[in-house]
Order: sequence, then structure tokens, then C-alpha cells
Amino acid sequence: MVTTTSPVKAESRDLNFYYNGGHKALKGITMPLYEKRITALIGPSGCGKSTFLRCFNRMHDLYPGNKYDGQIVMHPDNTNILDNGVDPIEVRMRISMVFQKPNPFPKSIYENVAYGLRVRGERSKRVVDDKVEEALKGAALWDEVKNRLHDLAFNLSGGQQQRLCIARALATDPEIMLFDEPTSALDPIATANIEELMSELRNKLTILVVTHNMQQAARVSDYTAYMYLGELIEYDDTDRIFTNPSRKETEDYITGKFG
Amino acid sequence: MVSQVLQKPAELPISARLAKNVRRHILERVIEFILMLAALSAVATTISIVVILLYESYTFFEHVSLFDFLTDTEWTPLFENAHYGILPLVSGTLTTSAIALAVAIPLGTIGAIYLSEFASHRTREIVKPILELLVGVPTVVFGYFALLFVTPLLQKIFPELPGFNMLGPGIVMGIMIIPYISSMAEDAMRAVPMSMREGSYAMGATRFQTAIRVVTPAAISGIIAAYILGISRAVGETMVVALAAGQQPNLTFNPMESAATITAYIVQVAMGDLPHGSIGYQSIFAAGLVLMLMTLTFNIIGHLTRKRFREVY
Repeated sequence: MVTTTSPVKAESRDLNFYYNGGHKALKGITMPLYEKRITALIGPSGCGKSTFLRCFNRMHDLYPGNKYDGQIVMHPDNTNILDNGVDPIEVRMRISMVFQKPNPFPKSIYENVAYGLRVRGERSKRVVDDKVEEALKGAALWDEVKNRLHDLAFNLSGGQQQRLCIARALATDPEIMLFDEPTSALDPIATANIEELMSELRNKLTILVVTHNMQQAARVSDYTAYMYLGELIEYDDTDRIFTNPSRKETEDYITGKFG
Repeated sequence: MVSQVLQKPAELPISARLAKNVRRHILERVIEFILMLAALSAVATTISIVVILLYESYTFFEHVSLFDFLTDTEWTPLFENAHYGILPLVSGTLTTSAIALAVAIPLGTIGAIYLSEFASHRTREIVKPILELLVGVPTVVFGYFALLFVTPLLQKIFPELPGFNMLGPGIVMGIMIIPYISSMAEDAMRAVPMSMREGSYAMGATRFQTAIRVVTPAAISGIIAAYILGISRAVGETMVVALAAGQQPNLTFNPMESAATITAYIVQVAMGDLPHGSIGYQSIFAAGLVLMLMTLTFNIIGHLTRKRFREVY
């Protein structure tokens, strides 16, 4: 799958994470995210893969008492985005996220997609119109909603809502997009749509995806990381992880002996 | 083809172990009946209030035409030359309520946003009970507060303000209603799922943007319900206005003047020495009916707006 090597877009360096109360959920994770590649995080429930993903947009800052220890270095800035001097809002402006359950806002389809631009203070109607259309096209939703942009987003089906959330995340031209089990609440057809979409987005941006579904990781990703109990057990090309893993634990997990 | 003859199965005797337990059955019925009585008592009270209001008002309207009642600009049932125009009482009620809401809705909403979206867990646990303590203060205390503290204070700013006026009690009534609105609106905002807030933060929104652009619209039906409760409280409030707004019916919307509200008039007559059955006495039922219709209208408007804005998440 991986044809040419690509520069590193971001990398975690010896990252530890503690939840409020002291539980250590990540233990010394070091791994890269290659630019315009899809990296998948797999592992059993509670292994820390979502926790790791949510470090990249400082989501843990929303809850008091959480503590990062270590670095996530973003390029080309070569800056540790976990540093206290870094504004999490600036980080989130460049690293967007799609959640497990579709979470549209109680607004119209149009305003959902325009949200990121409005938050950034964009006032020009022409700019917003263009961006909304571009994002909806990018999320393969434009044709289905172009005649009802001002309908409430809740009226869309689950799969459409998730694509709307992807459009919302796309509208601000992020550099990295985080997907936290984006298809776990969707039916197989909607899942296939989202996976196809992710493959297309690969041309534009860097993707990190958490998935419960090993076939999904095998289908969409270029690199795969297997995590267990907060540790990174193995990281490699997706092909190698699924055909010839070097660690016994990884093999046990992907062959279904465990997990 | 083989056709089968369908035979009805023979009735079987019921085994004693599976037979209906009569005692349990009856007990269940008795409990159901008692529970129903309890539920009905509230309904019955409401219905009897409406019936009595309608019945007594009917006697009133036998002497006073509905047209006079709705159009006459004077309300002087206790005078020699009696006039029965409800408008002065309605204007007093609406003006004091409007002042109260102008105070309570902005402050209550801001309070709710602060408590739900900004305050730390600790702060909320301390502030919310204190705010709710305000609900427990007897309204007569608020009445004296309006008459003896707020009005003199306002007179320092507006020297021409009379001792009885609608502004002071209106403001105090607003302060009194704040906890109702903020507490209910906060509950509605806290019920908004965290995933929606996370979605907003993940887009790079600040706390304030998230509170205003996502949480408030998501909770709007509950927030409107809180406003409606506040309106009903203001329209029905008696003690504060009776004490501090004056007892003179006065067709005016000027908050700097004194005026009587519907509730203040009812108190005045009910506490007075008018004989039962006199028209003056009957007039309080007509006034009460108007008051009930007003709150009912607000409740219906609120119900419709809530349905219109109801969000599913």
C-alpha cells in the first residue's frame, strides 16, 4: 500500500497520559504520523487508543485533572503541541476531529458546516457559501443535501449525519483529521461510504483513525499501530501488521485468539 | 393433498397452583384506586377553581356588561359611581411583569450559562443552593424590601418617583424570579449531551462560543419553559405589588407611576369588609378569571414555542 515514503506530519515522543485520579492510561508511546497517510490504531477496549487520539487535539483539557507527560511534535512547526505555552484552540484549528457517534449541532445543515468558519470570524457570505459547498462535496454529501441546506441537520440519516460531521471538520482545511471509531454507530453501507471517503481524503490531509474493526484498519490504512493496556505493542506498515506481525501479541489479536 | 381436520382442543381444568390469586388481585386493584384518587385530587381542585370562577363571574356579568368590562378605562367598583373596566388592572399587571422579566430573563439566563458552562464543579455546588435559597424567602419580605429599600434608592436617581410606583416592585419581583429561571435553564443546559460540546470545542470554539452557539440552541426548549414559568410567577405575584406598587387602579404603562395589579385588587377586596354577594365582591372573581386566562395564554404560547423548537439528540 505504501509506495513512497512521506515526511512525518506529527509524532508522539515518549507520551504518558494520566486521567484525573492518577490512572496512567498511556505508557511511553512513541510513533509517527506520516503526511497524507492513514494511520490506524487498533486494540481491545480500554487499551488507550481513543485516549491517545484525543491527545492530538488536546481534548483532555476539557476535563480538570488530566495530565500529559511527554511530547506530540507537529511539523513543519516542530512544536510540542502539549506544551503549556501552546493554545489548545490553535491546535484544534489545525487538527480537526470526527467522533464515534455523529454529533451535529442543533442547526441547519449549512450552519453545521459553516460552524468552524463562523467560530474563526469569517463574515463574507461568498467565502462561507463556497467553503460549505466544497466541504459537502468533499464529504460526498452535496448531491443529497444541496436542495435542503437549510433543513435541520437532525433530519438526516445516521450515515448522512456522520458525513456532515466530516464536512464540518473539512470546511476549515485542517492539516490532520482524527477519526474516533467513525463507523461504529453506522450500518454496513454507510460504513463503506465513510471508508471510501477516508481513502479520498488521504490525498488532502493526514489521518489518524481509531477502529474496533480490524478489517477496516486493513482496508483503509497505510500504517497500523496495535495498542494494549496503554502500551504501543507494535507499529508498522498495515500490510506487514496483518500478514507478518513481528510480535506474538499482535498476531494473537489480529487472528482473533485474543480480544 | 391431505387435509387435516382442525379440532378444537378440549378445555382443561385449571391447576390450583396456576389459578388466579384473588387476594393479590384485589390488593392490586385497591392500590390502583388509591393512587388514582391522589392523582385526581389535583385535577379536581383545578376544575373546581375554574367552575367557581366561572359561576361567580356569571353573577358579576349579569350586572356588568362584558363590553364595559373590557373597554371601560376606569376600575372603581367600590365607589359610589362604580366603573368596571378591567384595563387599568391589566395594565398594572403587565407593566410590573414586564419590568420583572426585563430583569429576570437576562440575569437568569446569564446565571444559567455561567453555572452550566463556566463554573467549576465546586463553585456550582456552592452557588446553586444559595441561589435556590432565594426561592425560600417569603414574598412579603420582598414586598417590604421593594417599599422600604429599593424605592428610596430609586428616588435618589429619580427624585420625582412616588413612594408607590411600579418600577421598584417590578425590579424586586425580577430579582425574586431569577432563581426560578436560572435553575431551570441550567438544568436544561446541563442535559445537553457532552458529545455536542466536544464537537464544538473540537472545531476550535471557545467556551463562550460553545455556550452561545451550541449549548443554548440545544437547550432552548427547556430555557423557554423556564421563561414561561417566570412569566406566570410575575403575573400571579401578589404580595410585592400589593405592598409597594399602590392600590389605585390606574390605566398607565408608565413604571414611574403607582398602579394596582389584578392580584393587588383581589387582596384588597378579599381582606376588606365588603358583604358577600355585592357586586364589588363579585368583581374579584371576574378579575381572577382574567388573571387565570392571562397565565393560561402564556402557558399555551410557551407550550407551542417549545414544540416548535424541540430538538432531538
